[in-house]
Amino acid sequence: MKAVYWRIIPLFLFAMLVVFFWRGLSLDPQRLPSVKLGKSLPVFELPTVDDSTEKFTPNSMRGQVVLLNVWASWCMACTEEQVFLMELARQGVAIYGLNYKDTMDDATHWLAEWGNPYTMIGSDLLGQVAIDLGVYGAPETFLIDKSGVIQYRHAGIMTAEVWQKDFLPRIVELERVG
Amino acid sequence: MNNLSERVGWAVRPNNGLRCTMLLGRTAQPTKLFIFLLLFQITGHTNALYPLDTPKQDAQFTHLLRELRCLVCQNQDLADSNAGLAKDLRDEVYHLVKEGKSDDEVVHYLTARYGDFILFKPPVKAVTALLWFGPALFMLLGILIFWRTCFKRNSDE
Repeated sequence: MKAVYWRIIPLFLFAMLVVFFWRGLSLDPQRLPSVKLGKSLPVFELPTVDDSTEKFTPNSMRGQVVLLNVWASWCMACTEEQVFLMELARQGVAIYGLNYKDTMDDATHWLAEWGNPYTMIGSDLLGQVAIDLGVYGAPETFLIDKSGVIQYRHAGIMTAEVWQKDFLPRIVELERVG
Repeated sequence: MNNLSERVGWAVRPNNGLRCTMLLGRTAQPTKLFIFLLLFQITGHTNALYPLDTPKQDAQFTHLLRELRCLVCQNQDLADSNAGLAKDLRDEVYHLVKEGKSDDEVVHYLTARYGDFILFKPPVKAVTALLWFGPALFMLLGILIFWRTCFKRNSDE
């Protein structure tokens, strides 16, 4: 009986490895967890893309649950989510933009072409605010609560599925808590 | 010498010196000494893109970039990567080193934004315990099984 017990160990190890490798196959290494969740927005003050004298700061978004969308005119994937963001804006979702390493001219042209769902857009020419936010690519969308705390981050294109699954339940909860 | 190595563009990364000698290995004898000297020049602290005040800071900058991962092309370090974000982060590290920040402070600055993933060498934590001690555990288990098997066989005979 005891001999059988010892012989089973390699089989057990093999099974464990299979589980690990199987899990590894379904992991997407490009999906990195954000360490900024539950933290306040970094301090920043950016010029706005419409070139008004008003500055874009964390205070611009205070008092409401908002989306902060990181985008750029050079970002191909950003065009793919724009239709959906426009739809969200029409539904009354407050979306703020962070124009990542772009130029004012390019950004303005791009918005004219693809539509502008943003309440306000900060121009992050050097990408410094993006680094402070832990952004590693565009597009990324942050969910910010009323007190300016980052509640969720989605890296990649915002789709109806992502919205339904990851954002809507959190927004409902945040609005309920107050 | 300094000007030469900069003009040729080899001074950007110290380890390129090795590659240069390999390329030039079959050249004629009289030039060998020259190349030998050139090699020292290249592996010394010359950094045209990121000039730093002291060799110590230079060494710190170089070794930090080797330990930090590019988040876009994930198997490259910050020194090697051409990704836009890698360049930005290189600049960040450069400025922090120039300000005289310690390794810990630079690493903390980056992990506070990008998490432990930016480090090639993960810190010892509860979640990384299996990663750090797993191999030793498996070896111990292997030795145990081996020992048991041998012991069993001997006693049977």
